[in-house]
Amino acid sequence: MVTLVSIPVLWRRWLVFLVGVVPLLWITYRTVTHQLGADPAQTIVLFLGEWALYFLFASLAVTPIRRLVRWRHVHFRWLQTHRRMLGLFCLFYVLLHITAYLVFILGLDFARFGQQLVERPYILVTMPAVVLLIALGVTSTQGMMRRLGKRWLTLHKSIYLVALLAWVHVFMQVRSSYVDAVLYGVIILLLLAPRVIWWWRKH
Amino acid sequence: MLIKTRTDIPASEITPEPVYRARRDFMRGAMSAAALGLGAIAAPPLFAAPAHVARGEGRGPDWLRAQIAAADENTRALGETLTPFEHVTSYNNFYEFGQGKTDPADKADALTTDPWSVEIAGEVAKPGVYPLEDVLKGMDLEERVYRLRCVEAWSMVIPWIGFPLAALLQRVEPTSKAKYVAFETLVRPAEMPAQRSRFSTIDWPYREGLRLDEAMHPLTLMAVGLYGKTLPNQNGAPLRLVVPWKYGFKSIKSIVKIVLTEREPKTTWNMMQPREYGFYANVNPEVDHPRWSQASERRLPSGLFRPNIIPTRLFNGYAEEVAHLYKGMDLTRYY
Ligand code: HEM
Repeated sequence: MVTLVSIPVLWRRWLVFLVGVVPLLWITYRTVTHQLGADPAQTIVLFLGEWALYFLFASLAVTPIRRLVRWRHVHFRWLQTHRRMLGLFCLFYVLLHITAYLVFILGLDFARFGQQLVERPYILVTMPAVVLLIALGVTSTQGMMRRLGKRWLTLHKSIYLVALLAWVHVFMQVRSSYVDAVLYGVIILLLLAPRVIWWWRKH
Repeated sequence: MLIKTRTDIPASEITPEPVYRARRDFMRGAMSAAALGLGAIAAPPLFAAPAHVARGEGRGPDWLRAQIAAADENTRALGETLTPFEHVTSYNNFYEFGQGKTDPADKADALTTDPWSVEIAGEVAKPGVYPLEDVLKGMDLEERVYRLRCVEAWSMVIPWIGFPLAALLQRVEPTSKAKYVAFETLVRPAEMPAQRSRFSTIDWPYREGLRLDEAMHPLTLMAVGLYGKTLPNQNGAPLRLVVPWKYGFKSIKSIVKIVLTEREPKTTWNMMQPREYGFYANVNPEVDHPRWSQASERRLPSGLFRPNIIPTRLFNGYAEEVAHLYKGMDLTRYY
């Protein structure tokens, strides 16, 4: 049986990369073909924010899936190799999300941008998350891993905080419906619960 | 029907108001010529008028379409570029159909707007349940171009067709106790999907309200059409309020109930987030919403790389006509 495991790792990397750029290609295509309606700026900002969140979920899902899901010969240990790229795509879409907001909504007005960062609580809460994501991105290389040793793991556990802050960001934007906030909340809980349990067992 | 919407519309494709009017006049002429059986020899069209420019089109009963077709010509020009019909009818906040901007256009088709009636109750001499036909009987319809400023910091310019709310209120004779007017939107979960959702934050029906003097102000319009057509469902068919100096959420859609009251009525967004949405909700660049700066707005359609950002004006540019209503009031307190 051909499974993803039997595909050479380099090919799999390219596959994950392709999955990562498809959302960007899709929204670009929809934009240049004028399919985004009356307010493409808002549509784009939302779209990029949502994909940042999806890649955050994906990178957080790797460990629980690897450790908990096994079916006969099928295992998911190989997913581990791709976690870094998933995380980097989260950072990539967050940066695009912010850039789209700055360029398309604020018209590259940096003074207003700075003002919005501090005056809008739902944006302000994401600041630690953005800083952390950049730090995680910068330290995601093999070299950095070696250099930071044990501290690397401690630093990269802050991704849990990033997830929680991203959720607060979404929750603070709830208007007429809790659907998104509840759905994302449940996903984050499911992703973090195994970690809590593992931590509990260890101590 | 699939409506393909375009975003970066070349300037040449945005209909400036005089052109839209000229086209409409032309279409009217063409239609009457056709009615006289002279269609064949009528002058050939100078340009292809978009379908929506013909008057009295759209869904709704024949009598309403006829009445809309006979509405007075633009009685309130603005001299600002109209937001294209496609955008006005595909980018809406109508939470009964979902929270996405395209949900109303995607889902409102199922809404039955004929027959329709409006209950008028409370402090009036002539309460009752009025069929829409009676509400509109003898009403002179007129076209007015208004700015629409959403609390989310975007805006549009829309040619509405309707009548002043004052004309309706005068008919039902408010009593001396009447100080406020409360409005309610239809509740019909079978046709309004978000009303079936368990995750809705809104306690249906959607409610809005005005002070009586605001309601009687000549700018306050009850709209039944836009761009010469009956209102599309997603825009609040068959009857909606338009209060151009207030944020869009005050302009309640698909109205089934109007109650004149002595006390300030409860209004939907104010009930949910009193710190964010006031009863008055007058457009005011000085008073920010926690989520959106109100100092400026993006006038749609807005280009991507050069967004059409314009300063927001007090009372949405209608200060001369409405500022006296709020004389002596602290607008940062009564937001
Ligand atoms: C970890 C970082 C972030 C993540 C994961 C993220 C994700 C998201 C998501 C999922 C939404 C959609 C919310 C909804 O469903 O209603 C959203 C909306 C939004 N985000 Fe972020 N965001 C992040 C940081 C930021 C930052 C730093 C800014 C501003 C500089 C920002 C500005 C916005 C804006 C303006 C919207 C609203 C779009 C609209 O509905 O008009 N976000 N974000």
